[in-house]
Amino acid sequence: MSAQSTAGGVPERKVPPNSIRGAAMRGVVARPGHEAVEVKGWLRAHKWLLLRRASQLGILALFLVGPWLGWWIVKGNLASSLTLGVLPLTDPFLIAQQFAAGQWPYQEALLGGGIVLAFYLLFGGRLFCSWVCPVNIVTDAAAWLRRRLGLKGGKAPAANTRYWLLGFVLVIAAATGSLAWEWVNPVSMFHRGLIFGFGLAWGIVGGIFFYDLLIAPRGWCGHLCPQGAFYALLGRASVVKVSADKRSACNDCMDCFAVCPEPQVIRPALKGVGQDHPLILDADCTTCGRCVDVCGKDVFRITTRFNRSES
Amino acid sequence: MYAKQASALPAAAIRPPGALPEDDFLAACVRCGLCVRDCPYDTLKLAELGDNVATGTPYFEARRIPCEMCEDIPCVVACPTGALDRALTDIGKAKMGLAVLIDQENCLNFLGLRCDVCYRVCPVIDKAITLERMHNPRSDRHAMLLPTVHSEYCTGCGKCEQACVLPGESAIKVLPIKLAQGSKAEHYLRGWEEKEAAGQSLIGDQVELPVRGLEDKAYGDTRVRPGEGPQAPAQAPDYVPAQPAGGGLDSGWKP
Repeated sequence: MSAQSTAGGVPERKVPPNSIRGAAMRGVVARPGHEAVEVKGWLRAHKWLLLRRASQLGILALFLVGPWLGWWIVKGNLASSLTLGVLPLTDPFLIAQQFAAGQWPYQEALLGGGIVLAFYLLFGGRLFCSWVCPVNIVTDAAAWLRRRLGLKGGKAPAANTRYWLLGFVLVIAAATGSLAWEWVNPVSMFHRGLIFGFGLAWGIVGGIFFYDLLIAPRGWCGHLCPQGAFYALLGRASVVKVSADKRSACNDCMDCFAVCPEPQVIRPALKGVGQDHPLILDADCTTCGRCVDVCGKDVFRITTRFNRSES
Repeated sequence: MYAKQASALPAAAIRPPGALPEDDFLAACVRCGLCVRDCPYDTLKLAELGDNVATGTPYFEARRIPCEMCEDIPCVVACPTGALDRALTDIGKAKMGLAVLIDQENCLNFLGLRCDVCYRVCPVIDKAITLERMHNPRSDRHAMLLPTVHSEYCTGCGKCEQACVLPGESAIKVLPIKLAQGSKAEHYLRGWEEKEAAGQSLIGDQVELPVRGLEDKAYGDTRVRPGEGPQAPAQAPDYVPAQPAGGGLDSGWKP
């Protein structure tokens, strides 16, 4: 808490000119992460972003080398897959919908769902969103373009809309006795489309992009997606967390807030609001590590929930 | 409403073998495409948005690529959720749909030709499709061999639909069973089936009533040969029509 007691200001820190706050003071479009690039170099200032893209595209590639090159490493798609002919993996979100619809799947699907469930319960529910889900690339692109164009405002629905939508998805599955959400689910539709063909699904993906760009900042992933809400619920007790362990070095440039897909999760850890440890324990945090990248002061790092130390 | 519309499968879209009834299928299928991947003939595909089939669910179009009826049914084995029921182990028992010779005006066999292609390609030849010989009333001296589908054996694989030689649309089509088949009239007992099942007629031997003038003939034989039957009496008729005046065709009648 000692770090925060000085807030309000005696040791006035120099605000980087291209950060959110610096640019706002100068009245220009901000370039969040600019300072980090200058201090750490481009590569280190994009470390987690590059790793994340590698993960997303790598997983996609595993699915695609089969149909494209005939190397069948993974068959299927994120809904359910079979790796090397032995390892079944199934999306527990779909199994939850099946249960709601009154269907009991075969053992492979249950086993595969259990493996995936255990992974995300242990390591972090929304790791799916930031490290696996292909829609993340689309919404990240929309958010990036929004920042570059300096688009302000817009109206996003309440952040808990996704939990209501998650409830609705399960209710509608029970009411219709079918996986009703899967007719329109952009997450599964996008991934399936990339592997099996799109049809008009491009329209839905484009719709999400423009919704995020023009109407609601971080609207889909941050406010609406019931699949993300499902994984957030899984991640309540997971181990991998972001920590603002060098929060005493923070110069209030606000860049982390600008790039964070769930900015509300930062404040408790960074500013010690309602908690004294520097861990971001909010399950909405996707552990994307972008805050780690853009911080010129290296305030954040990815660690475990047991590491409450501060430096 | 959308759900209802989306759950109504278009007639040309056929589910893989072993698919649960459509309602249950839509609850069980997670749209992973593992059945598509394990189909060796690229028959199956996943519905894309706009295909009129529930997005992401597997189906095939028989006219394009039919089901080759693999004996090990790899698509069913691949399904992790049970949307394709593993209780189906004999592909001959699959009921993907039912072939219907739907266009009798253009079918070459109905025109009196010997095309027979649908019959020849049928994997269950002489059971699922037979050629039924009929008199050809047009020429009055030829036969027509009409391809006839028997629902008991037809798996709905669609080989016949794909092979039909007509350009464009096929004269024989695999349709969803619900579209192709009427409901059985349960209240109507088929006497011949009951008789066969019981080994004898259920109502016992028929009483044979004599038919006047046809005595000494086999029961039911009502043919009358010359000299048989009631004979005309030899006496003179009571009534003789008046002869027209003047004879000839012109009666001479004037209004």
